Amino acid sequence: MQPEQLIEARELAAGYEGRPAISGVSFALRAGERMALLGPNGGGKTTLLRALLGELPPLTGELEVRARCATVPQTERSQLDYPVSALDVAAMGSLSRLPWWRRPGRRERASALAALERVGLGDRAGETFGELSGGQRQRVLIARSLVQEARILLLDEPFSGLDRPSSESLEALIGELAGEGRALMIATHDLEQARRSDSVLCLNRRQIAAGPPEQALTLEVLEATYGGTIVELPGSEHRAILPPHHHHH
Amino acid sequence: MLEPLQDEFMRRAIAEMTLIAVAGGALGCWVVLYRLSYAAESLAHSIFPGLVLAAIAGAPLLLGGAPAVVVAALAIALATRVPGVSREAAVGVVVTTLFGLGVLLALSPDSPPGIQQVLFGDILGPSDGDLAAAAALAILVTATLLALHGRLLAAGFDRGAARSLGAAPAATETALLVLLGLAIVVAVQGLGNLLVVAVFVGPAAVARQLSDRIGPMIPIAVATAILAGVAGLYLSYYAGTAGGASVALAIVVAYLLSLPAAHIRGLPRGENRAPAEATIS
Repeated sequence: MQPEQLIEARELAAGYEGRPAISGVSFALRAGERMALLGPNGGGKTTLLRALLGELPPLTGELEVRARCATVPQTERSQLDYPVSALDVAAMGSLSRLPWWRRPGRRERASALAALERVGLGDRAGETFGELSGGQRQRVLIARSLVQEARILLLDEPFSGLDRPSSESLEALIGELAGEGRALMIATHDLEQARRSDSVLCLNRRQIAAGPPEQALTLEVLEATYGGTIVELPGSEHRAILPPHHHHH
Repeated sequence: MLEPLQDEFMRRAIAEMTLIAVAGGALGCWVVLYRLSYAAESLAHSIFPGLVLAAIAGAPLLLGGAPAVVVAALAIALATRVPGVSREAAVGVVVTTLFGLGVLLALSPDSPPGIQQVLFGDILGPSDGDLAAAAALAILVTATLLALHGRLLAAGFDRGAARSLGAAPAATETALLVLLGLAIVVAVQGLGNLLVVAVFVGPAAVARQLSDRIGPMIPIAVATAILAGVAGLYLSYYAGTAGGASVALAIVVAYLLSLPAAHIRGLPRGENRAPAEATIS
Protein backbone atom coordinates (compact mmCIF):
# COMPACT_ATOMS: atom_id res chain seq x y z
CA MET A 1 0.00 0.00 0.00
CA GLN A 2 1.31 3.42 -0.88
CA PRO A 3 1.70 6.08 1.84
CA GLU A 4 -1.18 8.53 2.11
CA GLN A 5 -1.29 11.58 -0.13
CA LEU A 6 -0.84 14.74 1.91
CA ILE A 7 -1.13 17.13 -1.05
CA GLU A 8 -3.02 16.60 -4.26
CA ALA A 9 -3.16 19.22 -7.03
CA ARG A 10 -5.18 18.81 -10.23
CA GLU A 11 -4.75 21.33 -13.06
CA LEU A 12 -4.08 24.00 -10.47
CA ALA A 13 -3.65 27.63 -11.51
CA ALA A 14 -2.69 30.26 -8.95
CA GLY A 15 -1.56 33.84 -9.10
CA TYR A 16 -2.19 37.41 -8.13
CA GLU A 17 -5.17 39.69 -8.82
CA GLY A 18 -6.85 37.05 -10.94
CA ARG A 19 -3.84 36.61 -13.25
CA PRO A 20 -2.27 33.14 -13.08
CA ALA A 21 1.47 33.02 -12.33
CA ILE A 22 1.42 29.22 -12.62
CA SER A 23 -1.00 26.93 -14.39
CA GLY A 24 -1.54 23.28 -15.23
CA VAL A 25 0.01 22.04 -11.99
CA SER A 26 -0.94 18.42 -11.22
CA PHE A 27 0.95 16.33 -8.71
CA ALA A 28 0.63 14.37 -5.49
CA LEU A 29 2.93 14.59 -2.49
CA ARG A 30 2.90 11.58 -0.18
CA ALA A 31 3.95 11.10 3.42
CA GLY A 32 7.68 10.36 3.57
CA GLU A 33 8.35 11.91 0.16
CA ARG A 34 11.01 14.52 -0.64
CA MET A 35 10.00 16.47 -3.73
CA ALA A 36 12.44 18.88 -5.37
CA LEU A 37 10.80 21.96 -6.86
CA LEU A 38 12.83 23.20 -9.83
CA GLY A 39 12.37 26.31 -11.89
CA PRO A 40 13.93 29.62 -12.83
CA ASN A 41 13.54 32.72 -10.68
CA GLY A 42 10.13 34.13 -11.51
CA GLY A 43 9.02 30.69 -12.70
CA GLY A 44 6.35 30.42 -10.00
CA LYS A 45 8.02 28.41 -7.24
CA THR A 46 7.10 30.98 -4.59
CA THR A 47 3.56 31.22 -5.97
CA LEU A 48 3.12 27.46 -5.64
CA LEU A 49 4.49 27.49 -2.07
CA ARG A 50 2.10 30.30 -1.14
CA ALA A 51 -0.82 28.41 -2.69
CA LEU A 52 0.08 25.33 -0.65
CA LEU A 53 0.14 27.47 2.51
CA GLY A 54 -3.37 28.64 1.72
CA GLU A 55 -2.34 32.24 1.12
CA LEU A 56 -3.41 32.19 -2.55
CA PRO A 57 -6.68 30.43 -3.38
CA PRO A 58 -6.66 28.37 -6.60
CA LEU A 59 -7.84 30.40 -9.63
CA THR A 60 -8.83 27.21 -11.42
CA GLY A 61 -8.30 23.52 -10.80
CA GLU A 62 -8.22 21.80 -7.44
CA LEU A 63 -5.81 21.76 -4.55
CA GLU A 64 -6.20 19.56 -1.51
CA VAL A 65 -3.78 19.95 1.40
CA ARG A 66 -4.62 17.26 3.96
CA ALA A 67 -2.11 18.05 6.71
CA ARG A 68 -0.63 21.11 8.38
CA CYS A 69 1.86 22.96 6.19
CA ALA A 70 4.79 24.98 7.52
CA THR A 71 7.19 27.19 5.62
CA VAL A 72 10.97 27.23 6.09
CA PRO A 73 11.92 30.49 4.34
CA GLN A 74 15.30 31.92 3.45
CA THR A 75 16.82 34.23 6.03
CA GLU A 76 16.41 37.89 5.22
CA ARG A 77 19.08 40.42 6.06
CA SER A 78 16.84 42.28 8.50
CA GLN A 79 16.42 39.11 10.55
CA LEU A 80 20.13 38.96 11.35
CA ASP A 81 19.72 42.04 13.54
CA TYR A 82 16.46 40.97 15.17
CA PRO A 83 16.75 40.66 18.96
CA VAL A 84 15.64 37.03 19.36
CA SER A 85 17.30 33.76 20.42
CA ALA A 86 17.09 30.49 18.53
CA LEU A 87 14.62 29.35 21.20
CA ASP A 88 12.42 32.43 20.68
CA VAL A 89 12.24 31.67 16.95
CA ALA A 90 11.42 27.99 17.46
CA ALA A 91 8.75 28.92 20.03
CA MET A 92 6.99 31.10 17.40
CA GLY A 93 5.73 27.78 16.00
CA SER A 94 3.36 27.48 18.96
CA LEU A 95 1.44 30.73 18.31
CA SER A 96 -1.37 29.19 16.30
CA ARG A 97 -2.28 26.98 19.28
CA LEU A 98 -2.48 29.94 21.67
CA PRO A 99 -5.30 32.47 22.05
CA TRP A 100 -4.38 35.89 20.61
CA TRP A 101 -3.61 37.46 23.97
CA ARG A 102 -1.08 34.81 25.05
CA ARG A 103 2.61 34.55 24.28
CA PRO A 104 4.58 31.27 24.28
CA GLY A 105 4.96 30.19 27.92
CA ARG A 106 6.83 27.48 29.77
CA ARG A 107 5.19 24.55 28.01
CA GLU A 108 5.67 26.10 24.55
CA ARG A 109 9.33 26.88 25.30
CA ALA A 110 9.87 23.28 26.43
CA SER A 111 8.51 21.98 23.15
CA ALA A 112 10.65 24.54 21.28
CA LEU A 113 13.75 23.28 23.12
CA ALA A 114 12.83 19.68 22.29
CA ALA A 115 12.50 20.65 18.61
CA LEU A 116 15.90 22.38 18.68
CA GLU A 117 17.39 19.23 20.20
CA ARG A 118 15.74 17.22 17.44
CA VAL A 119 17.59 19.28 14.78
CA GLY A 120 20.87 19.09 16.70
CA LEU A 121 20.85 22.61 18.15
CA GLY A 122 19.87 21.95 21.77
CA ASP A 123 23.10 23.54 22.97
CA ARG A 124 22.61 26.70 20.87
CA ALA A 125 19.07 27.50 22.06
CA GLY A 126 20.14 30.66 23.89
CA GLU A 127 22.15 32.16 21.04
CA THR A 128 21.01 35.13 19.00
CA PHE A 129 19.42 33.89 15.77
CA GLY A 130 21.44 36.26 13.58
CA GLU A 131 24.75 35.06 15.01
CA LEU A 132 24.18 31.43 14.02
CA SER A 133 25.60 30.09 10.76
CA GLY A 134 23.39 29.83 7.67
CA GLY A 135 22.93 26.08 8.14
CA GLN A 136 22.07 26.50 11.81
CA ARG A 137 19.49 29.16 10.98
CA GLN A 138 17.83 26.75 8.52
CA ARG A 139 17.72 24.15 11.31
CA VAL A 140 16.13 26.65 13.72
CA LEU A 141 13.41 27.38 11.15
CA ILE A 142 12.91 23.63 10.64
CA ALA A 143 12.59 23.32 14.43
CA ARG A 144 9.92 26.05 14.30
CA SER A 145 7.97 23.99 11.77
CA LEU A 146 8.25 20.94 14.07
CA VAL A 147 6.80 23.02 16.92
CA GLN A 148 3.96 23.86 14.52
CA GLU A 149 3.37 20.10 14.36
CA ALA A 150 3.47 20.35 10.58
CA ARG A 151 3.52 17.17 8.53
CA ILE A 152 4.31 19.08 5.34
CA LEU A 153 7.43 21.24 5.22
CA LEU A 154 7.95 23.75 2.40
CA LEU A 155 11.62 24.71 2.18
CA ASP A 156 12.61 27.70 0.04
CA GLU A 157 16.18 27.27 -1.25
CA PRO A 158 17.39 25.74 2.03
CA PHE A 159 20.87 25.02 0.67
CA SER A 160 21.47 28.49 -0.74
CA GLY A 161 24.73 29.95 0.58
CA LEU A 162 25.65 26.87 2.66
CA ASP A 163 29.10 25.28 2.58
CA ARG A 164 29.41 21.61 1.73
CA PRO A 165 29.40 20.12 5.27
CA SER A 166 26.38 22.22 6.35
CA SER A 167 24.63 21.32 3.14
CA GLU A 168 25.26 17.60 3.62
CA SER A 169 24.11 17.55 7.23
CA LEU A 170 20.99 19.54 6.33
CA GLU A 171 20.24 17.02 3.58
CA ALA A 172 20.66 14.22 6.14
CA LEU A 173 18.21 15.95 8.49
CA ILE A 174 15.72 16.32 5.64
CA GLY A 175 16.09 12.58 4.98
CA GLU A 176 15.40 11.81 8.64
CA LEU A 177 12.29 14.00 8.67
CA ALA A 178 11.01 12.21 5.58
CA GLY A 179 11.73 8.91 7.33
CA GLU A 180 9.41 10.01 10.13
CA GLY A 181 6.56 10.26 7.63
CA ARG A 182 6.75 13.97 6.86
CA ALA A 183 6.43 15.25 3.32
CA LEU A 184 8.94 17.87 2.19
CA MET A 185 8.84 20.12 -0.83
CA ILE A 186 12.24 21.68 -1.44
CA ALA A 187 12.65 24.57 -3.86
CA THR A 188 16.18 24.32 -5.19
CA HIS A 189 18.53 25.35 -7.98
CA ASP A 190 20.75 22.34 -7.39
CA LEU A 191 20.13 19.68 -10.03
CA GLU A 192 22.27 17.06 -8.29
CA GLN A 193 20.24 17.46 -5.10
CA ALA A 194 17.07 17.18 -7.16
CA ARG A 195 18.32 13.89 -8.62
CA ARG A 196 18.74 12.49 -5.10
CA SER A 197 15.18 13.37 -4.08
CA ASP A 198 12.22 11.03 -4.39
CA SER A 199 10.44 13.14 -6.98
CA VAL A 200 10.76 16.41 -8.86
CA LEU A 201 8.35 19.08 -10.01
CA CYS A 202 9.57 21.41 -12.77
CA LEU A 203 7.83 24.76 -13.07
CA ASN A 204 8.25 27.57 -15.55
CA ARG A 205 4.97 29.48 -15.26
CA ARG A 206 3.33 26.14 -16.06
CA GLN A 207 4.16 22.63 -15.01
CA ILE A 208 6.84 21.21 -17.31
CA ALA A 209 7.14 17.80 -15.67
CA ALA A 210 6.46 15.91 -12.45
CA GLY A 211 7.58 12.47 -11.35
CA PRO A 212 10.59 10.44 -10.26
CA PRO A 213 13.84 12.26 -11.13
CA GLU A 214 15.15 9.54 -13.44
CA GLN A 215 12.03 9.88 -15.61
CA ALA A 216 11.28 13.56 -15.29
CA LEU A 217 14.72 15.14 -15.57
CA THR A 218 15.31 14.81 -19.29
CA LEU A 219 17.26 17.37 -21.28
CA GLU A 220 14.07 18.52 -22.98
CA VAL A 221 12.37 19.10 -19.63
CA LEU A 222 15.35 21.01 -18.26
CA GLU A 223 15.57 23.22 -21.33
CA ALA A 224 11.87 23.97 -21.15
CA THR A 225 12.19 24.65 -17.41
CA TYR A 226 15.18 26.95 -17.59
CA GLY A 227 14.76 28.37 -21.07
CA GLY A 228 17.84 26.89 -22.70
CA THR A 229 20.54 27.82 -20.27
CA ILE A 230 21.80 24.23 -19.97
CA VAL A 231 25.53 23.66 -20.29
CA GLU A 232 27.24 20.31 -20.77
CA LEU A 233 30.11 19.89 -18.33
CA PRO A 234 33.15 18.86 -20.38
CA GLY A 235 34.53 15.42 -19.55
CA SER A 236 31.54 14.27 -17.52
CA GLU A 237 28.03 13.06 -18.03
CA HIS A 238 26.68 15.84 -15.84
CA ARG A 239 24.80 18.79 -17.09
CA ALA A 240 24.74 22.08 -15.26
CA ILE A 241 22.07 24.71 -15.27
CA LEU A 242 22.89 28.38 -15.11
CA PRO A 243 19.67 30.14 -14.14
CA PRO A 244 19.69 33.90 -13.66
CA HIS A 245 21.13 34.97 -10.27
CA HIS A 246 22.78 31.61 -9.71
CA HIS A 247 24.55 31.49 -6.35
CA HIS A 248 26.14 28.07 -6.17
CA HIS A 249 29.74 27.35 -7.03
CA MET B 1 17.89 66.88 44.62
CA LEU B 2 14.57 66.94 46.45
CA GLU B 3 14.04 70.69 46.25
CA PRO B 4 12.21 70.68 42.91
CA LEU B 5 9.79 68.10 44.34
CA GLN B 6 8.53 70.73 46.79
CA ASP B 7 6.86 72.42 43.84
CA GLU B 8 3.43 71.17 42.87
CA PHE B 9 4.06 71.94 39.20
CA MET B 10 7.27 69.86 39.18
CA ARG B 11 5.51 66.90 40.79
CA ARG B 12 2.80 67.09 38.14
CA ALA B 13 5.41 67.45 35.40
CA ILE B 14 7.30 64.38 36.65
CA ALA B 15 4.06 62.39 36.82
CA GLU B 16 3.12 63.38 33.24
CA MET B 17 6.64 62.65 31.98
CA THR B 18 6.76 59.24 33.69
CA LEU B 19 3.43 58.17 32.22
CA ILE B 20 4.49 59.28 28.74
CA ALA B 21 7.85 57.53 29.24
CA VAL B 22 6.17 54.20 30.07
CA ALA B 23 4.13 54.33 26.86
CA GLY B 24 6.90 55.83 24.72
CA GLY B 25 9.69 53.52 25.90
CA ALA B 26 7.69 50.29 25.51
CA LEU B 27 6.00 51.23 22.23
CA GLY B 28 9.30 52.62 20.94
CA CYS B 29 10.94 49.18 21.04
CA TRP B 30 8.42 47.92 18.49
CA VAL B 31 8.64 51.18 16.50
CA VAL B 32 12.39 50.61 16.14
CA LEU B 33 12.07 46.87 15.38
CA TYR B 34 9.35 47.47 12.79
CA ARG B 35 11.39 50.34 11.27
CA LEU B 36 8.56 52.77 11.92
CA SER B 37 10.70 55.68 13.18
CA TYR B 38 10.06 57.70 10.03
CA ALA B 39 6.36 56.84 10.19
CA ALA B 40 6.27 58.02 13.81
CA GLU B 41 7.89 61.35 12.95
CA SER B 42 5.59 61.75 9.93
CA LEU B 43 2.45 61.11 11.98
CA ALA B 44 3.60 63.57 14.63
CA HIS B 45 4.15 66.39 12.13
CA SER B 46 0.99 65.61 10.16
CA ILE B 47 -1.28 66.33 13.10
CA PHE B 48 0.07 69.89 13.41
CA PRO B 49 -2.90 71.61 11.71
CA GLY B 50 -5.34 69.80 14.02
CA LEU B 51 -3.37 70.92 17.05
CA VAL B 52 -3.24 74.53 15.83
CA LEU B 53 -7.02 74.55 15.28
CA ALA B 54 -7.53 73.25 18.82
CA ALA B 55 -5.20 75.94 20.17
CA ILE B 56 -7.04 78.66 18.24
CA ALA B 57 -10.38 77.38 19.55
CA GLY B 58 -8.94 77.18 23.08
CA ALA B 59 -9.82 73.46 23.22
CA PRO B 60 -7.63 70.67 24.65
CA LEU B 61 -4.99 69.64 22.09
CA LEU B 62 -6.30 66.06 22.29
CA LEU B 63 -9.54 67.19 20.60
CA GLY B 64 -7.61 68.56 17.64
CA GLY B 65 -4.98 65.85 17.51
CA ALA B 66 -7.31 62.84 17.56
CA PRO B 67 -9.22 63.63 14.33
CA ALA B 68 -6.01 64.96 12.76
CA VAL B 69 -4.19 61.68 13.24
CA VAL B 70 -7.04 59.83 11.51
CA VAL B 71 -6.96 62.30 8.60
CA ALA B 72 -3.16 62.00 8.37
CA ALA B 73 -3.24 58.19 8.42
CA LEU B 74 -5.90 58.13 5.66
CA ALA B 75 -4.00 60.70 3.57
CA ILE B 76 -0.81 58.65 3.86
CA ALA B 77 -2.68 55.43 3.02
CA LEU B 78 -4.19 57.09 -0.09
CA ALA B 79 -0.96 58.78 -1.19
CA THR B 80 1.01 55.53 -1.06
CA ARG B 81 -1.46 54.05 -3.55
CA VAL B 82 -0.63 56.57 -6.26
CA PRO B 83 1.14 54.50 -8.93
CA GLY B 84 4.75 55.36 -9.65
CA VAL B 85 5.31 57.18 -6.37
CA SER B 86 7.48 55.49 -3.75
CA ARG B 87 6.10 55.05 -0.26
CA GLU B 88 8.68 57.39 1.26
CA ALA B 89 8.02 60.12 -1.27
CA ALA B 90 4.25 59.82 -0.77
CA VAL B 91 4.61 60.12 2.99
CA GLY B 92 6.96 63.07 2.54
CA VAL B 93 4.44 64.91 0.35
CA VAL B 94 1.57 64.33 2.79
CA VAL B 95 3.62 65.38 5.81
CA THR B 96 4.95 68.60 4.31
CA THR B 97 1.50 69.49 2.98
CA LEU B 98 -0.16 69.01 6.37
CA PHE B 99 2.65 70.62 8.34
CA GLY B 100 2.64 73.57 5.94
CA LEU B 101 -1.11 73.91 6.38
CA GLY B 102 -0.55 73.99 10.13
CA VAL B 103 2.08 76.73 9.78
CA LEU B 104 -0.32 78.79 7.63
CA LEU B 105 -2.96 78.51 10.34
CA ALA B 106 -0.45 79.16 13.12
CA LEU B 107 0.85 82.37 11.52
CA SER B 108 -2.62 83.78 10.77
CA PRO B 109 -3.74 86.95 12.62
CA ASP B 110 -6.24 84.87 14.64
CA SER B 111 -3.62 82.62 16.15
CA PRO B 112 -3.26 82.91 19.89
CA PRO B 113 0.13 83.59 21.53
CA GLY B 114 0.21 80.04 22.93
CA ILE B 115 1.05 78.51 19.55
CA GLN B 116 4.62 77.91 20.75
CA GLN B 117 3.27 75.31 23.15
CA VAL B 118 1.96 73.31 20.22
CA LEU B 119 5.40 73.21 18.64
CA PHE B 120 7.50 72.70 21.74
CA GLY B 121 5.06 71.27 24.28
CA ASP B 122 4.19 72.22 27.81
CA ILE B 123 5.53 69.42 29.96
CA LEU B 124 5.65 71.75 32.98
CA GLY B 125 1.94 72.58 32.87
CA PRO B 126 -0.19 69.47 32.34
CA SER B 127 -3.89 69.84 33.16
CA ASP B 128 -5.80 67.18 35.12
CA GLY B 129 -7.19 66.04 31.79
CA ASP B 130 -3.67 65.70 30.35
CA LEU B 131 -2.58 63.60 33.33
CA ALA B 132 -5.65 61.37 33.04
CA ALA B 133 -5.07 60.91 29.30
CA ALA B 134 -1.41 60.02 29.87
CA ALA B 135 -2.35 57.51 32.59
CA ALA B 136 -4.96 55.89 30.34
CA LEU B 137 -2.41 55.73 27.53
CA ALA B 138 0.23 54.10 29.74
CA ILE B 139 -2.26 51.42 30.87
CA LEU B 140 -3.60 50.79 27.35
CA VAL B 141 -0.14 50.56 25.77
CA THR B 142 1.23 48.28 28.48
CA ALA B 143 -1.77 45.93 28.42
CA THR B 144 -1.93 45.75 24.61
CA LEU B 145 1.80 45.21 24.15
CA LEU B 146 1.85 42.47 26.82
CA ALA B 147 -1.07 40.70 25.16
CA LEU B 148 0.28 40.98 21.62
CA HIS B 149 3.93 40.33 22.50
CA GLY B 150 4.22 36.89 20.90
CA ARG B 151 2.46 37.96 17.71
CA LEU B 152 4.37 41.23 17.40
CA LEU B 153 7.64 39.34 17.77
CA ALA B 154 6.73 36.73 15.14
CA ALA B 155 5.23 39.17 12.61
CA GLY B 156 8.20 41.53 12.89
CA PHE B 157 10.66 38.68 12.51
CA ASP B 158 9.15 36.94 9.53
CA ARG B 159 6.27 38.71 7.82
CA GLY B 160 6.16 36.17 5.03
CA ALA B 161 5.64 33.22 7.35
CA ALA B 162 3.64 35.15 9.96
CA ARG B 163 0.26 34.20 8.55
CA SER B 164 0.99 30.49 8.50
CA LEU B 165 2.33 30.83 12.06
CA GLY B 166 -1.00 32.29 13.17
CA ALA B 167 0.50 35.69 13.95
CA ALA B 168 -2.10 37.68 11.94
CA PRO B 169 0.51 40.18 10.67
CA ALA B 170 -1.95 42.69 9.19
CA ALA B 171 -4.05 42.93 12.37
CA THR B 172 -0.95 43.00 14.57
CA GLU B 173 0.68 45.80 12.57
CA THR B 174 -2.55 47.77 12.48
CA ALA B 175 -2.84 47.51 16.26
CA LEU B 176 0.74 48.78 16.58
CA LEU B 177 0.07 51.77 14.29
CA VAL B 178 -3.17 52.66 16.09
CA LEU B 179 -1.35 52.59 19.43
CA LEU B 180 1.40 54.76 17.96
CA GLY B 181 -1.13 57.29 16.67
CA LEU B 182 -2.88 57.46 20.04
CA ALA B 183 0.41 57.76 21.91
CA ILE B 184 1.60 60.63 19.70
CA VAL B 185 -1.68 62.50 20.16
CA VAL B 186 -1.46 62.20 23.95
CA ALA B 187 2.29 62.81 24.30
CA VAL B 188 2.33 65.85 22.03
CA GLN B 189 0.80 67.95 24.81
CA GLY B 190 3.89 67.50 26.93
CA LEU B 191 6.71 67.25 24.43
CA GLY B 192 5.43 69.28 21.51
CA ASN B 193 4.90 68.58 17.85
CA LEU B 194 8.57 68.94 16.92
CA LEU B 195 10.10 66.87 19.72
CA VAL B 196 7.54 64.20 20.60
CA VAL B 197 9.15 61.58 18.34
CA ALA B 198 12.26 61.64 20.58
CA VAL B 199 10.51 59.63 23.31
CA PHE B 200 9.43 56.93 20.81
CA VAL B 201 12.79 56.45 19.14
CA GLY B 202 15.58 57.51 21.51
CA PRO B 203 15.01 55.27 24.57
CA ALA B 204 14.35 52.24 22.36
CA ALA B 205 17.55 52.93 20.42
CA VAL B 206 19.43 53.04 23.74
CA ALA B 207 17.86 49.72 24.77
CA ARG B 208 18.80 48.14 21.42
CA GLN B 209 22.43 49.14 22.06
CA LEU B 210 22.37 47.60 25.52
CA SER B 211 20.55 44.34 24.80
CA ASP B 212 20.08 41.88 21.96
CA ARG B 213 16.87 40.39 23.36
CA ILE B 214 13.44 41.97 23.17
CA GLY B 215 12.62 40.84 26.73
CA PRO B 216 15.16 43.10 28.50
CA MET B 217 14.92 45.81 25.80
CA ILE B 218 11.46 46.94 26.87
CA PRO B 219 12.20 47.57 30.58
CA ILE B 220 15.54 49.19 29.65
CA ALA B 221 13.77 51.53 27.22
CA VAL B 222 11.09 52.44 29.79
CA ALA B 223 13.73 53.06 32.49
CA THR B 224 15.81 55.16 30.07
CA ALA B 225 12.78 57.23 29.09
CA ILE B 226 11.84 57.86 32.74
CA LEU B 227 15.39 58.72 33.83
CA ALA B 228 16.04 60.97 30.83
CA GLY B 229 12.62 62.57 31.28
CA VAL B 230 13.23 63.39 34.94
CA ALA B 231 16.80 64.53 34.20
CA GLY B 232 15.44 66.84 31.51
CA LEU B 233 12.88 68.29 33.91
CA TYR B 234 15.59 68.93 36.52
CA LEU B 235 17.75 70.61 33.87
CA SER B 236 14.78 72.75 32.94
CA TYR B 237 14.15 73.58 36.63
CA TYR B 238 17.69 74.63 37.45
CA ALA B 239 18.87 76.05 34.13
CA GLY B 240 15.56 77.60 33.14
CA THR B 241 15.61 75.83 29.78
CA ALA B 242 12.47 74.80 27.85
CA GLY B 243 10.95 71.61 29.32
CA GLY B 244 10.33 69.50 26.21
CA ALA B 245 13.65 70.48 24.63
CA SER B 246 15.52 69.60 27.83
CA VAL B 247 13.91 66.15 27.87
CA ALA B 248 14.80 65.58 24.21
CA LEU B 249 18.38 66.66 24.96
CA ALA B 250 18.61 64.23 27.89
CA ILE B 251 17.41 61.39 25.64
CA VAL B 252 20.10 62.23 23.07
CA VAL B 253 22.74 62.26 25.84
CA ALA B 254 21.52 58.81 27.00
CA TYR B 255 21.89 57.54 23.43
CA LEU B 256 25.43 58.90 23.12
CA LEU B 257 26.34 57.30 26.47
CA SER B 258 24.97 53.94 25.30
CA LEU B 259 27.16 53.80 22.19
CA PRO B 260 30.44 52.84 23.93
CA ALA B 261 28.55 50.31 26.07
CA ALA B 262 27.41 48.48 22.95
CA HIS B 263 30.94 48.64 21.58
CA ILE B 264 32.31 47.01 24.74
CA ARG B 265 29.75 44.22 24.46
CA GLY B 266 31.04 43.68 20.92
CA LEU B 267 27.60 43.42 19.37
CA PRO B 268 27.75 43.16 15.59
CA ARG B 269 25.64 45.98 14.22
CA GLY B 270 24.37 46.69 10.75
CA GLU B 271 27.17 47.27 8.29
CA ASN B 272 29.84 46.14 10.77
CA ARG B 273 28.57 42.61 10.64
CA ALA B 274 31.02 39.84 9.82
CA PRO B 275 31.53 39.42 6.04
CA ALA B 276 30.32 35.80 6.19
CA GLU B 277 26.82 37.10 6.91
CA ALA B 278 26.86 39.30 3.83
CA THR B 279 26.70 36.32 1.49
CA ILE B 280 23.05 35.62 2.31
CA SER B 281 21.09 35.85 -0.87
